[in-house]
Amino acid sequence: METIIKAQNITKSYKMGKTTLDVLRGADLSVKKGEFVAVIGASGSGKSTLLHILGALDKPDSGSVHYQDQCLDRLRWGKLNHFRNKTVGFVFQFYHLLDELTVLENAMAPAMASVSTLGWPALKSKTRDRAHGLLERFGLKDRLRHKPYELSGGERQRVAIARALMNEPPLLLADEPTGNLDSQTGDGILRALKELNADGQTIVMVTHDERIAAQAGRTIRLADGKVRES
Amino acid sequence: MIKWLLAWRYFFKRPISILAVVAVALCVFIVLVVMTVMNGLLRDFKQKNHDYAGDCVIASDSLVGFGYYEDFMDILSQQSFVAAVSPVAKGVGLVHLKQYKWDSGIEIHGIDPLLHSQVTNFSDTLHYQKEKPENAFQPKDAPQLDGCVTGIDVIPLGRRNSDGTYLYHNEPMWLELVISAFPLNIKGGLQRSLDLVSTKSFFYSDDSHSGLVKVDGAVIYIPLEQSQILCGMDSPIKRVSSLHIRFIDGESVESSVAKVHDLWKKFVAQNADKPGGNLFENVRVQSWEQNRRSVIAPMEKEQTMMTMLFLMLGVITVFIVFVVLYMIISHKSKDIGILKSMGAPMSSILGIFQLFSVFIALIGSLIGSVSGWIFLYKINDLEDWLYARHGWQLWDRTVYAIGDIPNQVEPEVLAVIVGSAVLACMVGALVPGLQAARKKPVQSLQVNQL
Repeated sequence: METIIKAQNITKSYKMGKTTLDVLRGADLSVKKGEFVAVIGASGSGKSTLLHILGALDKPDSGSVHYQDQCLDRLRWGKLNHFRNKTVGFVFQFYHLLDELTVLENAMAPAMASVSTLGWPALKSKTRDRAHGLLERFGLKDRLRHKPYELSGGERQRVAIARALMNEPPLLLADEPTGNLDSQTGDGILRALKELNADGQTIVMVTHDERIAAQAGRTIRLADGKVRES
Repeated sequence: MIKWLLAWRYFFKRPISILAVVAVALCVFIVLVVMTVMNGLLRDFKQKNHDYAGDCVIASDSLVGFGYYEDFMDILSQQSFVAAVSPVAKGVGLVHLKQYKWDSGIEIHGIDPLLHSQVTNFSDTLHYQKEKPENAFQPKDAPQLDGCVTGIDVIPLGRRNSDGTYLYHNEPMWLELVISAFPLNIKGGLQRSLDLVSTKSFFYSDDSHSGLVKVDGAVIYIPLEQSQILCGMDSPIKRVSSLHIRFIDGESVESSVAKVHDLWKKFVAQNADKPGGNLFENVRVQSWEQNRRSVIAPMEKEQTMMTMLFLMLGVITVFIVFVVLYMIISHKSKDIGILKSMGAPMSSILGIFQLFSVFIALIGSLIGSVSGWIFLYKINDLEDWLYARHGWQLWDRTVYAIGDIPNQVEPEVLAVIVGSAVLACMVGALVPGLQAARKKPVQSLQVNQL
C-alpha cells in the first residue's frame, strides 16, 4: 500500500532553563494510506511532539517529514498553510473549539479559513451542507446552533472530529482524543474513529492507554525518543 | 472569510471592547466639538475681517498716507473686475466726551459712508442708518452738524446687557465728542501751524458693530474730508491712508489683486516724480487676508495649537486600543493556535484584529459623532440655560466678540476625524495583531509542554 507520510530520523529537544531535554532522538515513522496507527508511550515521551511535527504544527531540529513526495521542511508559509488546511485534520485532547462560534460554524471553520471573503458566497452552501452531514453523522444534528460550552465533553470531541474532517483531509491526526473523556464516552469516540478508518480514512492517534491503542490497526511505541513497533 | 466572523463575534462577546469603543467615542466627541467650534470661530473671524477690509487693500504703512489716490481710483473704476473703491484717511487721536468728562485714545477713520458701504459691510454694522448709510454722519435732530459713527465699544456708557448683548436706545443719544488729532506734514513731522493739535467737535450719529474687538473698541468714523483736515492729509496734496476695493462677484480675489498690483506699479512709475511721489514707497497692494494677517494669524495659530493638543487624545486612543487588543490576544492565544492548525494564513490572523479595531473605531466614531452633533446642535441652548440658571457663559460676551457659538458640523471635518479614528485604531491593533499572526501554532496552543 502507498505510504502517505514518512518521518525519518526526527530529533527534537526543548530547553528547560539551563538544561536541554531531548524528546525525540531519531524517531522514524511511516504510515500507509488507510492505516489506523496508534502511537503509545509514557507521559513526556514525545508522542504529541511527534504528532505536531507530522502535522506541520512544529518543526523538527533535524530529520525530515515527507508527505507522499513532498518534503514538509521545504514548504514555505503559503504551502504550509495549505498543507495544514487541506491535508491534515487535527483532533486535540482538549477539543480546542472556538468558543465564539456555534457548533455548525466550528465545523465549517477550516473551509472558511481557506477561502477569501469574495470567494465565500460561492462555497457557503456546499460547505454548510457538508458540515450538516458530518455533524448529523456524529449525532449532533440537534446541537447545530449551540455554543461549545453548552455541550458535553463527548459532544465537543465529536464536533472537533467533524471539524477535522471538514476539508476531507487524507490524514487525520488525533492527540489523546479520549484523554479528557470518561471511558464510555471515550469508547464512542473510538468507535467513530474506527468507522472513519473503515471508510478509508488514514488516522494517526496518540494515546498513553494500552487499551485504546489496541483498537488501532497498528501500534507503535515511543520510548527513549525512538519509535519501536509493537 | 473566518476573520469577519471572528472579528464580529469578538467585538460583541468581549466586554472589554466596550472600553475601547467608549474611548474612541469620547475622543471623536471632544475633537468634533472642539474642531467645529474652533473652525467656526476662525471662519467667522475671517469673514468679519473680509467684510471689514473689502477684497483688496492698497495701504500705506505710514500715517502720512499717499497722494494722487483719486487718479488711481479713476483708473480702477475703468476696470471691469472692480465693483467699487473706497478711500480711507486714518489717523490717531484723542476723544473727549464733554457730558461725561471722559477721554480716550482712538483711531480716526475718515470715509465716504456710501462708498465704504459698497466695498465693505459698513452699512450692516450700523444700527440706526443701516438702510441709509449715506446719512450715517447726520446726527438726529441736527443733520447740519458734523456727525460721527463710533465703534460700539469705544464709549463705555453701560451699553452692554449683563449677558453681553448690546443695549440700543430708540433714538441715538445726544453726545458731543471732541476729537483731537495730530496732523502730520508730507514729510511725516507734526504740522506747525497755529497749534500742534487739530481739534473738532462731532456729534454722535450711530454705532458701528463689526464684531472685531480692536475695531469696535477703538475706531471712530468721521467724514473723509474732515479726517483729512484733522490729520493734515488735505494739503499740499490730498492724501489717504488706504484704498479699499471690492471686486465684482465671481472674480478670483487672488488674480484680481495681481491685476491691481500691476496697475499700481504702472501708476507709481508714472507718478513717482511728482511732489509727494516718495510716499508711494510705503504703499502695499494686498488681498484682505494679507492685510489682516496680523490679526488672523494668532487665531490660526491658536487653532493649530488646539488641534495639536487634541491630536494627543488620538494617541491615547491608540494606546487604549493597543492595550485592549493586547489583552484580548493574550486571552485568545488558544484561538490563534486553533486557526493556525487549520491553516489560516498570517493575513487572516492579522485581519481578525485589524477588523476588530475597525469595528471599534466605526462604532465608537458613530456614537461620538452622533453625540457630538447633538451636543453642538444644543450648545447654544445649553449655554443660554447655564447663563439663566447659573449666570455662567462659556465665552463671556463682554470679552469675546461673538454672537452664537458656531455649531455647524462640516462634513469634511467629520470625515477627517472618523478617518483618523479608524487609522488610529488600526495602528493600535497592528503590533498585537502582528504578534499574534507571527506566533507558532504550537506556542499558541500551549502544547509545547511535551
